[in-house]
Amino acid sequence: MDSPNSSSTGHAPYDRQKARRDFLTITTAAMGAVAAGSALWAVADTMNPAADTLALATTEVDVSSVAEGQTITTVWRGKPIFIQRRLQADVEKIRDEEWQTLRDPQSDEQRVQKGHDNWLVLIGVCTHLGCIPMGSKVGQPKGEFEGFFCPCHGSHYDASGRIRKGPAPKNLEVPPYAFVSDTLIRIG
Amino acid sequence: MAHGSAPKTEFKNPVVRWIDARLPIFTMMIKEYGVFPMPKNANYLWSFGGIAMTMLGIMILTGIILAMSYTPSTPDAFNSVERIMRDVNYGWLMRYVHMNGASFFFIAVYIHICRGMFFGSYKQPRELLWIIGVVIFLLMMATAFMGYSLPWSQMSGWGVTVITSLFSAFPLVGDGLVTWLWGGFSVDNPTLNRFFALHFLLPFVIAGVVFIHVWALHMTGSNNPTGVEPKSTKDTLPFNPYFTSKDSFALVVFLTLFMAVVFFAPLSLVHADHFKPFDPMVTPPHIVPEWYFLPFYAILRAFTFDIGIPFTGIVVLPAKLQGVIAMFGSIVIWFFLPWLDRSPVKSARFRPIYKWCLAALLVSFCALGYAGSQPAEGLPVIIGQIATLYYFVHFLVIVPFLPRFEKTLPVPATISEDVKRK
Repeated sequence: MDSPNSSSTGHAPYDRQKARRDFLTITTAAMGAVAAGSALWAVADTMNPAADTLALATTEVDVSSVAEGQTITTVWRGKPIFIQRRLQADVEKIRDEEWQTLRDPQSDEQRVQKGHDNWLVLIGVCTHLGCIPMGSKVGQPKGEFEGFFCPCHGSHYDASGRIRKGPAPKNLEVPPYAFVSDTLIRIG
Repeated sequence: MAHGSAPKTEFKNPVVRWIDARLPIFTMMIKEYGVFPMPKNANYLWSFGGIAMTMLGIMILTGIILAMSYTPSTPDAFNSVERIMRDVNYGWLMRYVHMNGASFFFIAVYIHICRGMFFGSYKQPRELLWIIGVVIFLLMMATAFMGYSLPWSQMSGWGVTVITSLFSAFPLVGDGLVTWLWGGFSVDNPTLNRFFALHFLLPFVIAGVVFIHVWALHMTGSNNPTGVEPKSTKDTLPFNPYFTSKDSFALVVFLTLFMAVVFFAPLSLVHADHFKPFDPMVTPPHIVPEWYFLPFYAILRAFTFDIGIPFTGIVVLPAKLQGVIAMFGSIVIWFFLPWLDRSPVKSARFRPIYKWCLAALLVSFCALGYAGSQPAEGLPVIIGQIATLYYFVHFLVIVPFLPRFEKTLPVPATISEDVKRK
């Protein structure tokens, strides 16, 4: 080790040398950490949905054959989508109900598209732990609120797919969708 | 130190001598498994560590054999398992051993953990040994869970869906995290592929951590039913032949029971929905995890009320997040057990009140197992909630505060004294 303040040898004083070395050590370590972090990010990101999985992002559904009161199930991103053509009376009934005090307060109007108020489109996946609620098919239990019932942990949804009772924290999700025409829905 | 250095062994065989001079594995084996001093009063509960290790070996062996005939892709996985059962020579045996082996591995490990809790094996100087053990248990849970997904049955697919969806409870990052775990927007082929890769990898990670666990054990030496550390050579016996023979006998009895189940009741622990291929559009009416996860599943479901600021409608902790935190917390709490327990007495044999608290913990754990197996309604929910309450009260109230009031029984000065007294 150089003796401190050995300016006679032509080197910088010891404390300045030390500061320079610390600087080099810290910048080298920092660059190393950035490189390792970037590499790790690439590794972790491979586990996110791949391009072909993302490419399945939209699907079109012809709903011309759906009768009033009927619910059909279609698949979007591997998840079931419930498409329900509601009776006018049912729409009016659900809209008469108080919604501000619900667990996840949303009015029925917010959950459908204007001008297509009879069509309820939902992701048929319970917001608790991902099971598929019953009530979309004839004869299945609809739960205490005449909508959907998840058998896994007992969540009850109303006719607008809003959570009313049980462990689920949120209403059944409404997927992004648009009416291409009156009988064609594009989901995604 | 619980054990001195072994006397330098002179090997007669020249090949052994040649190897040992360059790589002293024979010296090491004699030191750690030959003359290694075991407390002479260690009972059969001390055999379950070795039994668990044997089960790990059996699982790795049968697992590799199964992997040679298994296809990890969604259209083929279920059929490839059926082919193993029907067409592959002794495939049925390998699969039934592997399937029931998971259960018996957990039986051995649960007994091993109960032994540690009762006799205070987590206490100074074995805190790190205990912590490494908890890490092994967590790795085992992850491995078992991913293995259960591989037959791609209704139970597989929906078990994966429910358990991975737990992570959606975390605020902000939850949904992104679940998508990342799945590799898509639902449980599908990418999920199965990565679970197979990880199910193959993790047992070797477990083997590595088990090595560290055993290393730490051989630094401190084994605990014993008195909880009193050996004071002299009078308190110990060499591992071989005394405990090699005792452990071998225990292992044979355990494996006999195991193989009896494999041969005569291989499906006794399986649900009917495990025999239907996964249908992502239909959830079975009643899905439950394997029996060894039921207590933790019951803790998850015990939380049914949101916690929020009164009268504002602001929810601070939704029921779902509480359940997830409690479920993970119920095991994380084990990491802190060495410091939560303030009693200077290790063995519950000398703790007249704590003994019963531990019995109550075992009862509540079994009650949680029952509650977890039932549909989430009515009485089982209440049983699950009471048992969950006791579980946390035990670890967070009884364990730290009981030593202040409990009058412990006189602890023998040495192991030999305790053995003579009987």
